[in-house]
Amino acid sequence: MTELSPFVILIAAIFTNNILLANFLGMCSFLAVSKKIETAAGLGAAVIFVTTATTAINYGIYHHVLTPLGLTYLTFIVFIAVIAAFVQFVEMFVERFSLGLYHALGIFLPLITVNCAILGASLFMIIRNYTFWQSVAFGFGGGVGWTLAIVLIAGLRQRMRYSDVPVPFRGVAIAMVITGVMAMAFMGFAGMVRIQ
Amino acid sequence: MALLLPILVFGGLLVGLTIALSLAERVLINYGVCKLDVNNGDREFEVDGGQTLLSALNESKVFIPSACGGRGSCGHCTVTVLSGGGPVLPTETPFLTRVEVRQGVRLACQVKIREDIRIKVPEEILNVKMFAATVSANHRLTHDLVETHMRLDEPTEIEARPGQYVQLQAPAPEGPVYRAYSISSPASVKDEVELVVRLVPGGIASTYIHGLEEGDQVIFTGPYGDFRMNEEPDVDIVCIGGGSGMAPLKNLVHTVTARWPERKCWLFFGCRTTQDIFYLDEFRELEKKNPNFHVVYALSDPLEGEEKWEGETGFIHLSVDKHLDVSDRKRQAFLCGPPPMVEAVMKVLEGKGFKPEDIYYDEF
Repeated sequence: MTELSPFVILIAAIFTNNILLANFLGMCSFLAVSKKIETAAGLGAAVIFVTTATTAINYGIYHHVLTPLGLTYLTFIVFIAVIAAFVQFVEMFVERFSLGLYHALGIFLPLITVNCAILGASLFMIIRNYTFWQSVAFGFGGGVGWTLAIVLIAGLRQRMRYSDVPVPFRGVAIAMVITGVMAMAFMGFAGMVRIQ
Repeated sequence: MALLLPILVFGGLLVGLTIALSLAERVLINYGVCKLDVNNGDREFEVDGGQTLLSALNESKVFIPSACGGRGSCGHCTVTVLSGGGPVLPTETPFLTRVEVRQGVRLACQVKIREDIRIKVPEEILNVKMFAATVSANHRLTHDLVETHMRLDEPTEIEARPGQYVQLQAPAPEGPVYRAYSISSPASVKDEVELVVRLVPGGIASTYIHGLEEGDQVIFTGPYGDFRMNEEPDVDIVCIGGGSGMAPLKNLVHTVTARWPERKCWLFFGCRTTQDIFYLDEFRELEKKNPNFHVVYALSDPLEGEEKWEGETGFIHLSVDKHLDVSDRKRQAFLCGPPPMVEAVMKVLEGKGFKPEDIYYDEF
């Protein structure tokens, strides 16, 4: 896969292989925090930053620590620990240097620790044997794709408040249905680029 | 060796991350010493930044009422932040009205001190102290009520008005919780605090209090409450309560009859059955000694079998209706009981010529 340029991977991660709509990762916060566009965008921004940074860190740890020592079976647990610690660090950093952003993201930052899209991005980079820059592009693109999906569904859900949804479908049920429709719509990008 | 390596690598990684985070915390979450100004220069404190306003105030011996112990779930620890509190957080908005948000009202447990901060608290709060006390008696009044006496150790005296309450600390698995209880001992008793506590099934603090024994150490803060009794002796006092609403009324009755024996004072108290009656003999005794005090108990449930009862029956608002006259005398009424009782009694009192501003109530 080394022949793909990071830019192609970036585009693919956003559209054709959208981590949420193609892989259905990060569903929990996607459904929980998609009622308002502003908060969805805030969470999305945090996810973009954290996926990009953690794929880079995890790339280093995987290729320079775990592989040489033959400990690749520790990948999952190590990645989870790194992500959790990194989110903590980001939270402290943002609180100190950008109080405005901290208050905007405040309660969403800890939520990211358990967002599987972030772990997913790190694991795909291993499975697909990306180089460092490909990994960073994939992490960034994955975050942007996830943000795009959550902002789109938040917009839809905001409007849906005024539509006449059948009672048994209200809430998460209809959100799942429209996520499915959105996923099908994103299949239209499939011919553009292809990564595994 | 094959086992040791992964343990070392993973352990080392965790230790490394922990060290990095602790260092980051030390460097990043260090706001130095901040100034905390209470009521425009009335009190000034130097506190460590990075902690919550509630814990900074507690450290500075300003005791803000807080039932949940700073978890943001009770909404009692409101203070007005004049400057330096940052924006209102999503964790606070459920507890604040729009008007309060505009006035700068915040939950002290959610405000983090990052810079010099100026706040305003009711004058009353500054008189609140933390008391260490020893249980001197804990006796049962009915099947679910106890009367708890606590002798003050440090400080040795409390200055409270009738109707005020204390917050008793009760141990809980996730750290101590505080629960509010009205003081039932009269204001003239300064070296002791008496409470009347009903056992709430599954309640943390009431279970703890019901289990207290003579000699046990307790901690509470107080007195809280901005409620004031009219101190003019020509104003009649009417106390009406039911269920576990006895504590503040007992305090009022004893305070009034001791201080102004010539002042007219009524006590109406509603119980369900004869098993729920308590303090009646004590009040009858007082009634004999003091012709200006009247006590009326009413039972709402029908009598069973052999039981005898010569007092009133039916809900307590019916007795109030029967015993009080329509008049324009100056009277003050204190209601303490379940919401439907308070509502029914309010209607009766207004019909008797009470002004709404002279009726004070506490629903629970």
